Amino acid sequence: MSAPAPGTPAAGWVEEPPRPSLWRIFALNRMSVLGLAVLGCLLVLAVFGDAIVPFDPEKIRAGPRMASPGAVHLMGTDDLGRDVFSRVLAGLRISLIVGLSAAAVSTGIGIVVGSFAGYFGRLIDDLLMRLTEVFLVIPRFFLAIMLVAFFGAHIVNIILAIALLSWPEIARIVRAEFLSLRTRQFVDAARIAGCGVLVLMFVEILPNALAPVVVAGTLQVGQAMLLEAGLSYLGLGDPSQVSLGIMLQQAQQIMRSAWWTTAFPGLVIFLAVLSLNLVGDGLNDVLSPRSRGR
Amino acid sequence: MQSRFLTYLFRRVLQAVPLLLLVVVITFLLVHAAPGDPVDVLSGQMETAPEYREQLRREFGLDRPLYVQLGRYVAKVTSLDLGYSLRYRVDVFDLIMSRLPATLLLMGTSLVLSSAIGILLGAFAARHPYSAADNAATLVALAGYSMPVFWLGQLLLLLFALNLGWFPTQGMASLRAPAEGWGRAFDIAHHLALPALTYSVYNLTLIFRLTRARMQETLAEDYITTARAKGVSEGAVVFRHALRNALLPVVTVIGLTFGFMLAGSVLTETVFAWPGLGRLMYEAIMARDYPILMGLFIFISSLVIVANVITDVIYALIDPRVVYK
Repeated sequence: MSAPAPGTPAAGWVEEPPRPSLWRIFALNRMSVLGLAVLGCLLVLAVFGDAIVPFDPEKIRAGPRMASPGAVHLMGTDDLGRDVFSRVLAGLRISLIVGLSAAAVSTGIGIVVGSFAGYFGRLIDDLLMRLTEVFLVIPRFFLAIMLVAFFGAHIVNIILAIALLSWPEIARIVRAEFLSLRTRQFVDAARIAGCGVLVLMFVEILPNALAPVVVAGTLQVGQAMLLEAGLSYLGLGDPSQVSLGIMLQQAQQIMRSAWWTTAFPGLVIFLAVLSLNLVGDGLNDVLSPRSRGR
Repeated sequence: MQSRFLTYLFRRVLQAVPLLLLVVVITFLLVHAAPGDPVDVLSGQMETAPEYREQLRREFGLDRPLYVQLGRYVAKVTSLDLGYSLRYRVDVFDLIMSRLPATLLLMGTSLVLSSAIGILLGAFAARHPYSAADNAATLVALAGYSMPVFWLGQLLLLLFALNLGWFPTQGMASLRAPAEGWGRAFDIAHHLALPALTYSVYNLTLIFRLTRARMQETLAEDYITTARAKGVSEGAVVFRHALRNALLPVVTVIGLTFGFMLAGSVLTETVFAWPGLGRLMYEAIMARDYPILMGLFIFISSLVIVANVITDVIYALIDPRVVYK
């Protein structure tokens, strides 16, 4: 009898039950699937918004002033006759850009700070963690207000201000993962094989530490969108961009006679953040089996 | 034991001092890092007489090296001199003090409301996990958590004040209301209802989620099983055995998220024109009155740092397991 061809199970091999695919686990949480669907729709609307929208979002007198929602103006018009639907889609795009960029920058800073603190420990850890604590204690929303007020309400400043205030959360998570991973055998093996420190940190350890970072990063996109909306509502939005927060600020004056100017922009922020939170919950189920269950 | 607690208290207060200083230093650095002349920032972006600009330069030592300026600034702030608002023609510290009571009233009312409801709902949800009521409450909490707080305020304003006319739309008191006594108290409460409700929903979602999670962990502990096994009634198990222990971290988080909660109050006050610190901040942003903005930042950051210290101390007092170190 010849040796079994590679790939065929040897005698006595007990077939393991197939592990449930990650998608199966994600799909167990119905709300997360719903969130993913809503998020997908919103992303499509934001990306292809320009092609869909019936009017230029900035165009004044695109229709009558403060027209109620109808066939022509799906979400009505504001006090300058601008089409609310077109503006909502443009604002959603800006909100998502701010949310995604801020979360990306914040995650980047958090990963670098967290991995250095966790890998080297001792003095470096002490210094970096003190810094992190300072950023956790100082009320971040107010620091963001100061930053944007002093440096100008430009979209890049807004993104950086939000990111600068969100990274400590990520840094703490990454540090904790590094602390537990750095003494594992595969790290020793790589070290003995002659890998440099940076390779050990970012090629060997980091990929194993990413699961909770992905979950926290997803939640931060939503948080960043809420922060941006709050800043814009307080008059610190980038005036050259259509922003959902700025729309809500302007609606404050006219909502008595045009409820749609506040209802729709807020509803879109709400749906976007809610679906991001639901997706985050679902990812948490997939990526950290210990907390599975809800 | 007593002296060890006092040592702990002393150390904890001492630890807060560098943080407070740091807040002042950050403010100082922001003024100098911002594009433009620091005088513009310090004068609140007003068109001012050259003599006044000269006076500001001398007062803050703007022609001196940076560390001298920083020293002067720290000295000024520690003597509660937060600067002067040219626009309002008042001392910034006095202005903040005059607006503080309104914010404290709003925050206090909302914290009592949201803690009471949030803790009870959270305990109930944890006791009946995955029941219809629990699922509904969890979903509503997630929704509240995902909503811009000021948008919720606008919706409530739209429905209950503008359409139904049950509540006033803005401010803290009506012009024609009695100036004192029960009439005045009722008038203020009438104005307070909507902002307090808005702000409570925001805090409630946090407290509910937290209590539910802690309560679920606690109910799974061995001593709960023991209590049930020896025949303690279910009410006593939930309230006397479990809730008391589950509440410890909740108390801490309420204290530690104080800064987060203050952010909610700024947005809520802006919606309802509630004359507190948040509304003041909005006015200062709109008027580009930077001395007020800086003063508010230092004041609010100090409040948050002090709240953290108080939380830690309370925690040490009520949790016998805390080892002072």
